[in-house]
Amino acid sequence: MSFFGFSLKSRRPSSAQTAKDRLQVLLAHERRGGSPSPDYLPQLQSDIIAVIRKYVTVEDDGVDIRMENGQEVSSLEINIELPSRTTAAG
Amino acid sequence: MTTQLTEEPPKGKVIVITSGKGGVGKTTSAAAISAGLAKRGHKTVVIDFDVGLRNLDMTMGCERRVVFDFINVIQGDARLKQALIRDKRIDTLSILPTSQTRDKDALTKEGVEKVLDELKTEFDYIICDSPAGIERGAQMAMYFADEAVVVTNPEVSSVRDSDRVLGLLSSQTRRAETEGADPIKAQVLLTRHDSARIDTGEMMTVEDVLEILAVPLLGIVPESKAVLRASNVGTPVILDGPSNAAAAYEDAVARLIGEEVEMRVLAERRPNLFHRLLGRTA
Repeated sequence: MSFFGFSLKSRRPSSAQTAKDRLQVLLAHERRGGSPSPDYLPQLQSDIIAVIRKYVTVEDDGVDIRMENGQEVSSLEINIELPSRTTAAG
Repeated sequence: MTTQLTEEPPKGKVIVITSGKGGVGKTTSAAAISAGLAKRGHKTVVIDFDVGLRNLDMTMGCERRVVFDFINVIQGDARLKQALIRDKRIDTLSILPTSQTRDKDALTKEGVEKVLDELKTEFDYIICDSPAGIERGAQMAMYFADEAVVVTNPEVSSVRDSDRVLGLLSSQTRRAETEGADPIKAQVLLTRHDSARIDTGEMMTVEDVLEILAVPLLGIVPESKAVLRASNVGTPVILDGPSNAAAAYEDAVARLIGEEVEMRVLAERRPNLFHRLLGRTA
């Protein structure tokens, strides 16, 4: 009902709606892959380290993988900490 | 204990949040207590021990940011640093989520010890959110604990399970098995407390529960609408605006770190003006 420009329902999104939205996003990922974080990530990480090592020396913990699962897309953020030139030279 | 000015940072303290019975508020309490400690500036990490049924991530609102988990770290597939999720609200708070799929046997005593030892070098408080029951996940969550918070509802099966868990804390843990070690300091956190139902004699009182369990009381958290709201939005209740539940958790956190805070029973409903005029404040 929204006669006279106001509705009987509160405009403010309810916390219950937030809960439902969060569950829908999460469960969509979980049902598809069994887990929101795919199992290939550890392997992906070691492969990335192996490739980088062909060119530069990186520590095992110099690679940081972050994932953000969204409703439309998921993004994978990979940060590689390269040794600074100064320390490499000196 | 409360001195913050010592030069040597204190070695991280491991606190398990446990209960035996499910649904009494372990994860809610683990989230609230860890957020409360972090809010006070203590470097805090909260670990989910419920392998296979991850839920702490949702309560903390970081479910979309999980990449690696506790089991990945134990199995050497990821570094601890990579699995830790830094809370976006408080920078002294981190979350170590559990695995969703892998089997419970992955939680080895050696693996858990190694992770906890590494966390102890970096964090002041390590909060272990135990799964319900007394199986492997619950055993591992309590094994290395220095202190325990036993979450109990004033209800028969919860009190019975709490008693059982208190027995395990004093027998099946490293402190219990190590000769000369101080026993785990266990305290009861009474949750879903309903003053109105206690007044009518429907619910056991705090004194009743403490008389049976015979351990100190950490706090009394009232049954509160704020708890469901906070979990809906993925925010620890202590960070989700003022509420009686949040105030009760703040008190509990203060006591946990050794402050003297007078015990108070916060009711969900405030006495109305009429009651106040009659001087019938609860």
